[in-house]
Amino acid sequence: MSMEIPEGMQLINSEGRRLDGRRPDELRPIKIEAGVLRRADGSAYVEMGKNKILAAVYGPRECHPRHLQDPTRAIVQCNYSMLSFSVDERKRPGPDRRSIEISKIIGEALEHVIFLEQFPRTSIDVYIAVLQANAGTRCAGLTAASVALADAGIPMRDLVPACAAGKIAGKVVLDLMKEEDNYGEADLPLAYIPRTGEILLLQMDGHMTQEEFERAIELAKGGCMKIYELQKEALRRRYSVAADEAMLREETREV
Amino acid sequence: MQRSPLSEVKRGHILNMLEKGRRPDGRKLSEFRQVEISTGGIETAEGSARMKLGNTEVIVGVKMEVGEPFPDTPSKGVLTTNVELIPMAFEAFESGPPSPEAIELSRVVDRGIRESQMIDLDALCIEKGKEVWILYLDIYALDYDGNLFDASSIASVAALRNTVVPASRFGKGEDFKLPLKSLPISCTTVKIGDYLLLDPTLEEEEVSSARLTVATDENGDIRAMQKGGSGHFTLDEVRRSIAMSVEAGNSIRRYL
Amino acid sequence: MRPGNGIYRQGGSYFSSRLGLKVFRGGFVDIVPLSGKYVPVPGDEIIGTVTDITPTNWLLDINSPYPGVLHVSETPWKIDFGATARYLDIGDNVTARVLSVDESRHVQITMRDRDLKKLKGGTTVDIAASKVPRVIGKNGSMIDMLKRYSGCRIIVGRNGRIWIEGEVDKMLLLIKAIRMIDEEAQKHGLTDRVKMMLEASA
Repeated sequence: MSMEIPEGMQLINSEGRRLDGRRPDELRPIKIEAGVLRRADGSAYVEMGKNKILAAVYGPRECHPRHLQDPTRAIVQCNYSMLSFSVDERKRPGPDRRSIEISKIIGEALEHVIFLEQFPRTSIDVYIAVLQANAGTRCAGLTAASVALADAGIPMRDLVPACAAGKIAGKVVLDLMKEEDNYGEADLPLAYIPRTGEILLLQMDGHMTQEEFERAIELAKGGCMKIYELQKEALRRRYSVAADEAMLREETREV
Repeated sequence: MQRSPLSEVKRGHILNMLEKGRRPDGRKLSEFRQVEISTGGIETAEGSARMKLGNTEVIVGVKMEVGEPFPDTPSKGVLTTNVELIPMAFEAFESGPPSPEAIELSRVVDRGIRESQMIDLDALCIEKGKEVWILYLDIYALDYDGNLFDASSIASVAALRNTVVPASRFGKGEDFKLPLKSLPISCTTVKIGDYLLLDPTLEEEEVSSARLTVATDENGDIRAMQKGGSGHFTLDEVRRSIAMSVEAGNSIRRYL
Repeated sequence: MRPGNGIYRQGGSYFSSRLGLKVFRGGFVDIVPLSGKYVPVPGDEIIGTVTDITPTNWLLDINSPYPGVLHVSETPWKIDFGATARYLDIGDNVTARVLSVDESRHVQITMRDRDLKKLKGGTTVDIAASKVPRVIGKNGSMIDMLKRYSGCRIIVGRNGRIWIEGEVDKMLLLIKAIRMIDEEAQKHGLTDRVKMMLEASA
């Protein structure tokens, strides 16, 4: 946030287009693939713009460390990490404070939707690896983790899409890329369940008026709704089931 | 990485198969699994490669920066190799500082590249005694089904071939391709009973008594060797492993 | 239609908790999940593998987040205290039945039925428990076909662990067929595809 903007760089040009040609309310191109690893119980790969994220789930399985075991429900242990070559300046392997914080908030979002009581004494271990970073990795990571959990067949209330809105050059926009995150005025990641309106992850970094906040939330919600459809599609593709055959968070009325 | 206690029963079944010349995945004893490599996928890295060896998958990234040389090699670039066995790849991998397995892997891959003089480290000198190129070779296991030695080494070779030294970013002139002098390819054999198997899967590694990794070059010369595991090899077995490594190495080199 | 397995209720509507296929059973709708771990249910006949031995019981891996506990009194043998390892050792495979599961999912299993026993030789293959019905097939059609083409002995545990024993080449073929069923259980025409694959390798 708020790095010194280079000479001549226009975050939004005279036609209202951003550095990568997007309009203010456009998401970066997204690709989601489920079931990409063999060893893990569930996995997913997400590309959001230049972000490349891999998520893997093991579980429910015996809880390690033992002392964290809960006799009434499963616990979620989430580990988000950036690979050393995922950023411009090499990052030393190992957790840093930022990764630990992000691991925590993603884990908490996921805990909220998983039917934890169905698996007492176990742990559901979620691993998120950022292979290449370009702003918005925690949102892409949560999006991927959610698909990986479904791929693992872990019962949940719903998939969890996430994306960020922000403010650049005084204007509220959707899905910041790296330069916009570096030189912009605010960043607001959001994880949102379209069906219920529940907000599971919310952070804000920077400076916004309350109107700008409302506008940003609207944009981010819209982004989440689109990402939600892509998550479902990825899972259907994985199992090659036609939309009408598979039931995934579709409604049934009692007859 | 603990040995599974179930290995003895599995061992009986696998030996049964080996007697008929078959392996659990249907391969011949001297057959390498299918290799799939894609390079350059990580733009934030100076060079990168992602490789699948059967169901084993690794990703390698090369990062470079300018720094001071080691005092005893003032005109040579610096190479640092690191293998991370991240928990996503296998139930028994734990987060935390590198395990002895990870360290052995890192050092074996490093020697295979350094001692074989694959990278022309002299060409990475900027100002003798003051500035040289520092090269970080970071290897991450993503999916583990045996033979991380070869997956890491071969993927590293692919990533290094793909690497461009970012001289312009550091104001040291124009970017240039990382100068390489040879392409050593590593091939690993394990011993189960009296049988030698090339490119072991996880299951085969778990029941094996010993492992031998041999890196060879285009001329069939040996560039690195590492024996692991608590069993033994006879000299004849070592020779047979070398022969298998040379042959497999040549096929892989052609594929690259 | 009434909601069956894998469906939960929120507000006035019903939702599926996993990706699965709608199956109509009697007056109910079930969701048969496409993936997920085996949760032991009393009465299930399973295949377990011994992982731990104590003087009075064995701990078995039953392809589930929860291990199965087999007490010496739940076996067909009369075992002296401490002699447990002589009857079942680490790595041994057995057929067993789930006796009880408590609220914390502690699982007790038994081998006291006539046809439950230690399995000698052979090897095991694990699939998702939800795919077991596909390996058996309607009226046993799939498993009969598998037995016919492979000539192997096959025992399918409800927990997704399958024990097979036979000629080396045939076992390899059978494993291939089982993995195919595991991967493609939800697709149409599976039985024909498996049959084609088995015939091609005959």
